[in-house]
Amino acid sequence: MKSGDIETIEIRLLLDTIFLRYGYDFRGYAKASIRRRILQFMKMSGTACISDMIPRLIHDESYFEKMVMEFSITVTEMFRDPSLFLTLRQKVLPLLKSHPFIKVWHAGCATGEEAYSLAILIHEEALDKRTTFFATDFNDNALKKAKAGILELECARQYSQNYQLSGGKGSFSDYYHARYGALAIKRGLKKKITFANHNLVTDQVFSETHLILCRNVMIYFDKALQERVIRLFYESLVHGGFLCLGMKESLLFSEYQDKFRVIDQKNKIFQKKA
Amino acid sequence: MKTNKYKAIVIGGSAGSMEVLLKFFHVLPKTFRVPIIIACHLHPLDNGGLVEFFRLQTNLRVKEAEDKEQIRSGYIYFSPANYHLLIEQDNTFSLSVDPKVNYARPSIDVLFESAAVAWADELIGIILTGANSDGTAGICAIKLNQGLTIAQDPSDSAYPVMPQAAIDTGKIDIILCVDELDMVLQYIGLDIKTKGSHNAG
Repeated sequence: MKSGDIETIEIRLLLDTIFLRYGYDFRGYAKASIRRRILQFMKMSGTACISDMIPRLIHDESYFEKMVMEFSITVTEMFRDPSLFLTLRQKVLPLLKSHPFIKVWHAGCATGEEAYSLAILIHEEALDKRTTFFATDFNDNALKKAKAGILELECARQYSQNYQLSGGKGSFSDYYHARYGALAIKRGLKKKITFANHNLVTDQVFSETHLILCRNVMIYFDKALQERVIRLFYESLVHGGFLCLGMKESLLFSEYQDKFRVIDQKNKIFQKKA
Repeated sequence: MKTNKYKAIVIGGSAGSMEVLLKFFHVLPKTFRVPIIIACHLHPLDNGGLVEFFRLQTNLRVKEAEDKEQIRSGYIYFSPANYHLLIEQDNTFSLSVDPKVNYARPSIDVLFESAAVAWADELIGIILTGANSDGTAGICAIKLNQGLTIAQDPSDSAYPVMPQAAIDTGKIDIILCVDELDMVLQYIGLDIKTKGSHNAG
């Protein structure tokens, strides 16, 4: 047996262990990237081989928590891909204005930067009074950070530039206090978002949603899991509801492709057909 | 040497590599069967303009790799800017927005290491000119899985740091200048049938 095949067995056993012991299901993650993260955590924790991590995972919960943190590190920023936020402002939010009540779901919000960006958009388009905004992630540590709403000071210039490119109507500095070498999102904005734990792999639909944002999350899933999540989104959306994916994500290989119409190809905005 | 066993070629390059790729693309014949997958350090906001440009320069089909897309022969794939590109064992791509590796995204190491697992000894990895040492871990991974490793001759490179770092690992099989690389690539990429008739002729 080749060393690569042995490693494949080890990874499978490790992911099975995590699922059986903790209920977190990474078995449907894209193999190449989960392998990379496993190896990275292995190096960090000074373990000799993947299977050596299994007994420790079973008996040491804090070890598992560290691993989950490593598994869910992604990079994001305020108004990442400004053209998406500009398009949402111009093409999508005006259509939502006709609803007396709007439900927004940001799935896989990580540390919250894009959720706050969307909340700013909703506020500036005067929809915040009738909008309920849920931002969810499976990682409690990320959610804790998101709720705290503390951004790095070094990013201020970049974020401010992104905000302008996204069609911002005021100044990005309207939304934070600078203190202790960091940017703290203002309380008023924080109150507009309900952060909650939700796992796309194992949890169920969010009913009657008008707008779902889920960006650069599904690229970490294999095809079968992607299909499950797209179905979850389809079932969560009202007829005519909108789905926003990452710039390099699509419904191209999904059975649900025909059930959505493309609102904006470049920014990956789709609308559930009636 | 059994040359027709290769299922894919991965290429990594940075500063100066566009000119080298351009040269390859001009000479590759339409019959070139082995898919080529390229991780190049690009400006993060490059939106496929590069792909559009290269499309006009070659007989082969050039496109940006898409998440979960099936990898096909006759294609040249570029990693999208600001994403890591990975190879899955079922011959599809995955993208990731993981933190930068070696200050780069796409990182050559990330592409090469995943390709090494997916294709083992049926993979060729090539390091071109560049000004940093991304790709060295990837070259080691390819060699560990019995793939073939090639570096552009540093003295023939606009920026020798990257190929030199790859060579310094001791895991590079062949060092070639661009003109030689052209010939090797053409030979490797011909399918069996074409090669047979060529020999008979």
